Amino acid sequence: MASEAAAQRETAKGKRDGREALHPLPSKGTCEAVLRKMMLIRRFEERAGEMYAKAKIGGFLHLCIGEEATIVGATQALRDTDYLLSTYREHGQALARGTPAGVVMAELFGRVDGCSKGRGGSMHLFDMERRFLGGYGIVGGNLPLATGVALACDYNGTDDAVLCMFGDGATNQGTFGESMNLAALWRLPVVFMVINNQFGMGTALERHSAVTDLSKKAEGYGVPGHRCDGMDVLDVHAATEEVLRIAREDRRPQLLEAITYRFRGHSMADPEEYRTKEEVEEWRRRDPIASFSRRLVEEGVFPQEEIERFDREAVERVDEAVRFADASPFPDLDSLYDDVYVLGDQVRGWWTVDERSPEPHRGERERESGAVPHGLAEAGAAYAAVGDVQARRRREQGRGGPRAAAEDRDTEREGG
Amino acid sequence: MPVMRYREALNQALREEMERDQRVFIMGEDIGVFQGAFKVTQGLFQEFGEKRVRDTPISENTIVGVGVGAAMAGLRPIVELMTINFSLLAMDQIVNHAAAIHYMFGGQAKVPLVVRMPQGAGHQLGPTHSHSLEALYLHIPGLLVAAPSTPADAKGLLKAAIRDDNPVIFIEHEWLYGQRGEVPENGGPMRFGEAVVRREGADVTIVGISRMAVTAERAAEQLANEHEVEAEVIDPRTLRPLDLDTILASVRKTNRAVIVEEGWPHGGVGANLAALIQEQAFDHLDAPVARVTGADVPMPYSKPLEQAAFPHEEHVVHAALSLFRDL
Ligand SMILES: Cc1ncc(C[n+]2csc(CCOP(=O)(O)OP(=O)(O)O)c2C)c(N)n1
Ligand SMILES: [Mg+2]
Repeated sequence: MASEAAAQRETAKGKRDGREALHPLPSKGTCEAVLRKMMLIRRFEERAGEMYAKAKIGGFLHLCIGEEATIVGATQALRDTDYLLSTYREHGQALARGTPAGVVMAELFGRVDGCSKGRGGSMHLFDMERRFLGGYGIVGGNLPLATGVALACDYNGTDDAVLCMFGDGATNQGTFGESMNLAALWRLPVVFMVINNQFGMGTALERHSAVTDLSKKAEGYGVPGHRCDGMDVLDVHAATEEVLRIAREDRRPQLLEAITYRFRGHSMADPEEYRTKEEVEEWRRRDPIASFSRRLVEEGVFPQEEIERFDREAVERVDEAVRFADASPFPDLDSLYDDVYVLGDQVRGWWTVDERSPEPHRGERERESGAVPHGLAEAGAAYAAVGDVQARRRREQGRGGPRAAAEDRDTEREGG
Repeated sequence: MPVMRYREALNQALREEMERDQRVFIMGEDIGVFQGAFKVTQGLFQEFGEKRVRDTPISENTIVGVGVGAAMAGLRPIVELMTINFSLLAMDQIVNHAAAIHYMFGGQAKVPLVVRMPQGAGHQLGPTHSHSLEALYLHIPGLLVAAPSTPADAKGLLKAAIRDDNPVIFIEHEWLYGQRGEVPENGGPMRFGEAVVRREGADVTIVGISRMAVTAERAAEQLANEHEVEAEVIDPRTLRPLDLDTILASVRKTNRAVIVEEGWPHGGVGANLAALIQEQAFDHLDAPVARVTGADVPMPYSKPLEQAAFPHEEHVVHAALSLFRDL
């Protein structure tokens, strides 16, 4: 498996004609910005993992450690007015787009100051202002959405473009082929970017896709494919810039495959029995942050101490993010029914029945529904504290070995 | 009787049925090498090999459709989907094909397919992974729908589902996977359409669906200990076919009914049951049928909000007591 991954990487390089060395470094300022972004994402993800172990974060937590160059290289090529859509493995995308780290962390903590007000969690980040149109928990679900956003860009006569990121596993959903065809047919300004990290959950690429050169997978639909080295931020950037230009100027959607690797498990409770330590080690040697830093030092752009300072500052920003998230309250229980509908003249409310009061009452009046329903909501919410203690204990044990991890499985899932 | 977890009981049923019948095979995402997202298929890949335990690409609609086709041609496929929310991607194959084929082709073909999947909130998986959608499947003629709440029922009903010639929607629950219970040794398949009375009582009937059968039992204890109300708790176990007789017999005795489900109120299991009860036992009711359901919202991620958005014992107790208010 390891050698196959290596061979594939070579193909990526080969196709781009060994251009790694040929990408000249950008300006000093850009180098710094790119490096700092990658460092922020890395430190943020590491801390998120720790916060998960402390049960500050619930649900699934999918870290993108190893994929930082892919994320930053690609998003650097976007204009502020372009749109980005991603999957559930999207903390890095939000951070790269400029969503403040504290706001992302607060969402992971389920707090009211989170970018989705605590409603979405780790898998469902969103930042309309920065045109980051979401993380989505449904594999393959974001491709039609991105195609639709591109349709709107085109319809409105703008020259905005859309970047849609998804995993190798997502290329097997029907939405992949269907979106490609429609985008090509209607000549929409969208770039589909497959982040090939070699696995869909615990299933290796060659066990889930008949065609393993994913850049070829959309050719039959009229969408040309390209490959880039997802561990080289400059290669990703150059490739994305080019395909975005084609999508934007020629109205021809493109597929770009970034060859990369996730260094950590699929989600936090993944025992990773489907791959070898050696394979992970081999990829870790190509760490995108370490290799870019090394080049910057070697070519005399920054001294080592300066690089270390950037990293320390990334850690500080993450410290600050955790403080911000911790200080933010949980959403008010009375806000449970907010935003189910857009209320206005037409829809003033809706009839509902829920577990808090068997009598019908108006959902939009939830806040005024009185002491009994409110008391029952609090009774339900009180179970959150019970779960917290148990989860923390389990997760602390979970770090202690396979047996504890097996017990963990009995109350928690490790799926996706 | 041996005690085991719900997931282990399911695993036994799968293993025994695969040993018994060569036509039975299972497919789904990460069920083989990865041993299943919830480890229900643990060990099966090693035991039966990749011909009969098949890892699939992420393609829900097609996996289910492949199951329908294989079933039409004489195999007995079991398809595992990671959560019931993902079965929405396969709604087309389930409703337009699996459920309709026997009828639409005049009885020539049958579809002995089982689609297994868990549902339920409480793990902070947010609005794309946490719903309880049994009511959607209850709606569809041609499907059988099971929602077992104990390890014994999980095993017996899964065996029955695999041997049945109809398409079966088999709804498991994420919270129930780790729960323990007694499971009869060498137990055979159970019958669909047989409810069970989990606790006898004369004052109020509480019907609990899926995990809510457990919540209903806990609520019944609280009602007895703190309010001197003796509740009769019924777990229908299968929703199609539904053992309405057992429920009606109980309501005729207690004259009050509460239906507890984790899913949404509108068009829910409780809405359907309330209609059936008032049609069949109107004269026996001393109070309107009460429903306790999940909140009428997409399931939020934030822990306190999520916990407030699905029923707990307190909510069931409150609903039951409210039926005595005017006496
Ligand atoms: C429709 C759907 N099916 C299954 C899942 C469960 N699941 C979550 S992530 C995942 C693997 C996806 O792999 P890939 O597309 O390669 O993305 P990666 O996780 O590697 O970033 C699966 C099967 C899901 N979330 N949605
Ligand atoms: Mg992947």
